Amino acid sequence: MVAEKFTIAIEDSDEAFTCSSDRNVLKAMEQLGRKGIPVGCRGGGCGVCRVQVVGDGRYRTGKMSREQVPVDDERQGICLACKLFPEADLRLKVLGRWQKHFITGMNPEAA
Amino acid sequence: MSFTGVMRPGHAAIRVLDMDESVTYYTERMGLMKTDEDDQGRVYLKAWDELDCFSIVLREADSPGIDYTGYKTFSRADMDELVGKLEDYGIDIEWIAEGELNNCGERARFQTPSGHSFELYSEKKQIGDGLGRTNPNPWPEGLKGMQVYRFDHVLLYGPNIIETTKIFTDVLGFDLTERVLTPEGEMNVTFVSCSNKAHDLAFVEYPEPNKLHHVSFMLMTWEEVLRAADLMSMHDISIDIGPTRHGITRGRTIYFFDPSGNRNEVFCGDYTWYPDREPITWTAEELGRAIFYHDRRLNENFLTVVT
Ligand code: FES
Ligand SMILES: [Fe+2]
Repeated sequence: MVAEKFTIAIEDSDEAFTCSSDRNVLKAMEQLGRKGIPVGCRGGGCGVCRVQVVGDGRYRTGKMSREQVPVDDERQGICLACKLFPEADLRLKVLGRWQKHFITGMNPEAA
Repeated sequence: MSFTGVMRPGHAAIRVLDMDESVTYYTERMGLMKTDEDDQGRVYLKAWDELDCFSIVLREADSPGIDYTGYKTFSRADMDELVGKLEDYGIDIEWIAEGELNNCGERARFQTPSGHSFELYSEKKQIGDGLGRTNPNPWPEGLKGMQVYRFDHVLLYGPNIIETTKIFTDVLGFDLTERVLTPEGEMNVTFVSCSNKAHDLAFVEYPEPNKLHHVSFMLMTWEEVLRAADLMSMHDISIDIGPTRHGITRGRTIYFFDPSGNRNEVFCGDYTWYPDREPITWTAEELGRAIFYHDRRLNENFLTVVT
């Protein structure tokens, strides 16, 4: 069976790319050289690639860190892009914590 | 013999999301050997050059990260003495019964102000490296994957690392080998050694407690680090950065991730530490070079991707 291809659009940006149903969204983005979702561990552990599926696009997810995606979040369509497999075209809102750690001297922009 | 007290990092207990996938990764790819499994479903692994029966314990859980790191003391008397010192310092000890981990003696567990759990223990069954102690061959045949020699150290992220580091240096007899100073002159990265390795443990100041940055395994040569990187591409293992060099410890290294997103490292070639050396200091302006000697700048992932 040939995997179906879907369009992944990133909210608040012009970024859009295709992803097949057997590939996770983060990997599809990286392999096409596209940007928009922060990339961390690629294993569902670190939460850096957190996104929210907006609208009613269907999707599957692999096993994700509960600490990063609590049950309530998951019900609201929040998931980790590295464990997200599309089953329809999807619109994603990026939540990834590019949280800055302004520990003095540890800010990469200043370093 | 001059090597007593805390000898080495003896085990790390790691949480994984999927046990089968993780065991395949740690055995076939990393090259550890599965030596045991207990009735809680925890899996015990060792590297080939370690004599004790395990150094990594995997536990399936709904979030990855590290449960605790265990340090082996030379003798039970050394352990009891160090536990006494910890208690005098005001640290609570939780005793974990012999056999709670298969083939491991009693463990004295304590928490650091960084939110991490550590253990001291003195007994663990030795099963050897398959080469014996009489006229041994230099290495065993049939090793898999990256063929790591041993579990070497962990780097942990959490708050209060100055206080935390003091427990290791002032109470447990570790030496501070390297540190990074903020412009205000405060330490926010510390490397400590209980042996004559450049580090047996490291901390980075971070707002969230009890975080794992990486679990590291030792290789002997740069060629072996390159070969490990090749295996990562062959098996689509997520690479973080490298192969490259650290300024701190001089290690030649590659960072990558296990299937649950826990960062691992394989490295070779740090220096020999002696206790008459002064610690190395890195200044905030040179932090990029300290961490990644060739890139010479920090990346977001080093600072924010933890489990
Ligand atoms: S990149 Fe770490 S959870 Fe997706
Ligand atoms: Fe390391």
